[in-house]
Amino acid sequence: MSSVTEQQHDQAAHHDGHHHPAKGFKRWLYTTNHKDIGSLYLIFSLTMFLIGGAMAMVIRAELFQPGLQLVEPHFFNQMTTVHGLIMVFGAVMPAFTGLANWMVPLMIGAPDMALPRMNNWSFWILPFAFIILLASLFMPGGGPAFGWTFYAPLSTTYSNDNTALFVFAVHIMGISSIMGAINVIVTIVNLRAPGMTWMKLPLFVWTWLITAFLLIAVMPVLAGAVTMVLTDKYFATSFFDAAGGGDPVMFQHIFWFFGHPEVYIMILPAFGIISTIVPTFSRKKLFGYASMVYATSSIALLSFIVWAHHMFTTGMPVAGELFFMYATMLISVPTGVKVFNWVATMWRGSISFEVPMLFSIAFIVLFTLGGFSGLMLAITPADFQYHDTYFVVAHFHYVLVTGAIFSIMAGAYYWLPKWTGNMFNITLAKWHFWLSLVSVNVLFFPMHFVGLAGMPRRIPDYALQFADFNAIISIGGFAFGLSQLLFVVVVFKCARGGDKVPAKVWDGAEGLEWEVASPAPYHTFETPPEIK
Amino acid sequence: MSHAPLLKRLVVICVGMFAFAFALVPLYDVFCDVTGLNGKPSLEQAKQSTSVNEAREIDVSFTTHAQSGAPFEVQSHEYSVVVKPGAMREVLFRAKNTSNEDKVMQAVPSVSPGKAAKYLHKIACFCFDQQPLKAGEEVEFKLLFYVDTQLPEDVEELTLSYTVFDISRQIVASN
Repeated sequence: MSSVTEQQHDQAAHHDGHHHPAKGFKRWLYTTNHKDIGSLYLIFSLTMFLIGGAMAMVIRAELFQPGLQLVEPHFFNQMTTVHGLIMVFGAVMPAFTGLANWMVPLMIGAPDMALPRMNNWSFWILPFAFIILLASLFMPGGGPAFGWTFYAPLSTTYSNDNTALFVFAVHIMGISSIMGAINVIVTIVNLRAPGMTWMKLPLFVWTWLITAFLLIAVMPVLAGAVTMVLTDKYFATSFFDAAGGGDPVMFQHIFWFFGHPEVYIMILPAFGIISTIVPTFSRKKLFGYASMVYATSSIALLSFIVWAHHMFTTGMPVAGELFFMYATMLISVPTGVKVFNWVATMWRGSISFEVPMLFSIAFIVLFTLGGFSGLMLAITPADFQYHDTYFVVAHFHYVLVTGAIFSIMAGAYYWLPKWTGNMFNITLAKWHFWLSLVSVNVLFFPMHFVGLAGMPRRIPDYALQFADFNAIISIGGFAFGLSQLLFVVVVFKCARGGDKVPAKVWDGAEGLEWEVASPAPYHTFETPPEIK
Repeated sequence: MSHAPLLKRLVVICVGMFAFAFALVPLYDVFCDVTGLNGKPSLEQAKQSTSVNEAREIDVSFTTHAQSGAPFEVQSHEYSVVVKPGAMREVLFRAKNTSNEDKVMQAVPSVSPGKAAKYLHKIACFCFDQQPLKAGEEVEFKLLFYVDTQLPEDVEELTLSYTVFDISRQIVASN
């Protein structure tokens, strides 16, 4: 924001020297420091990204050829299920929470998160959730194999006894995200520096505030859904069992009432990151700041009335199908406003193509592509053909991989020098970007075609006519997976050393986070900064 | 600044939303009842019919199927019947437990097209109760129903489908 003070503070200079972090493992276990916890979240998310990615490699290896070669169909189903769960709850959501922990206090001039002890707790229960989930894969009967959407009766009547582990893992993940979200809201509402009025908030903070409200509204509904699955399976209730007066279709209503806001939980913070990076490297103010805030809010509100577009084929009445079709299409209006604003920000800017900007531009193009395929899926009569095909897989990977993940990469490259005090290896990072960009499209673009041609998703084998496309998709998949190891190398090397960077790492960057030294001192803004 | 007031409000929202997930269960039933969506007919005994529309004839067919693995054979004596709206009609079903164990059966009705569900009224139905069937036992069940005179004009035929479940295990579990 241009309104914040331009004067450079040297935070390290008036840093009082006490409260240094403890040494060793205890520093991380007992920490209540938002920067430590942010780093923990980000490292955890990267680990989960690699584990979930390894599962995707198993899926693509099996699908390289038609027929069954490498894994049993039941194991294949476990891979698709756990890949989805890990990427959604283990990679994307903790990455955004990590970025929020690191950046929100720095961006609003707060000394730390509002509830630091709860912050520690909300991170440290997360690894246990995923240990439980991953451990179930090694138990007799295997892990969850009913898809990450755990539709009843697949997760009730037809699931194995380890389903309880899945349920408890999801409970813990939910509690963790709810605590994280509460912390973000309290921090933003109560700890803004004097003069930081609502319409001066950086957009990343705005989008995260709205995301946090979505989280506390829908994560409890997910907890309710898994609890009903638990009691249906183990305690003879009949929420989703027609024999006892329940209804399996109701499961889908409850799940997607959570599930659709959930997809915006995974993309709104991405919008915030892109809205931060594009102005920096266009050297212009963000075009239409206020409209960005209103667009984000309207996307969040609309997300509560579109859930049944996931259920067009369940036999809804025509009136319902039309309502959910039009409501869904309405979301493209505020989303279009955002894309338009980013392009308008770049228009006639003096653009330079640093690595964060490369990822951001790729985000704008490829996320929009994923948005368009979403618009196609929203058309009820067309959805009857697309439903449960690879077209859907292509759609949500474009919005989640080239959308959410690319924005996280962009954010990581953008703030990594601020976190470490070192510039990353730009050559390697550019290799990471270009390899990712090419391979991600080789991986996901042909999925549109095999999907339109009728290849169903979540199937370990397929008809012979899809063989060539699937081989190409798998090659793209392996290339994309390997390219991400470059990211690990870049981050690791950057943490170890590199060219020292000044407080304001990028010359076009604006905001309070660039007024503290690089690397950001352990304690910042102990006296609130002055915002003009 | 004290964070407690805001924190309390946010926690209340979370608890409220958890309760809301469970409130969706009765809400869903009420919604289906009011709108007649989802082809979910009432499992309550209906009131007697008061008038008969002699001018219309509705074709009602019956179909039953046992949910995977349920050891029951249930079939209506007539494949379909023609009724006048408002006129009472009795249909007999033959049900057999094909296993060599005592079982409890629950039939769940569904009406197609879905919008006709709230216009099919059952006075007596074996689906109102859980039906214990001894090993190999064969019994006759009665369905007494009528079609409402308010049935939309464009519906000329409807299908009453019964899905039959084996609920012996659930009964043991809840005892």
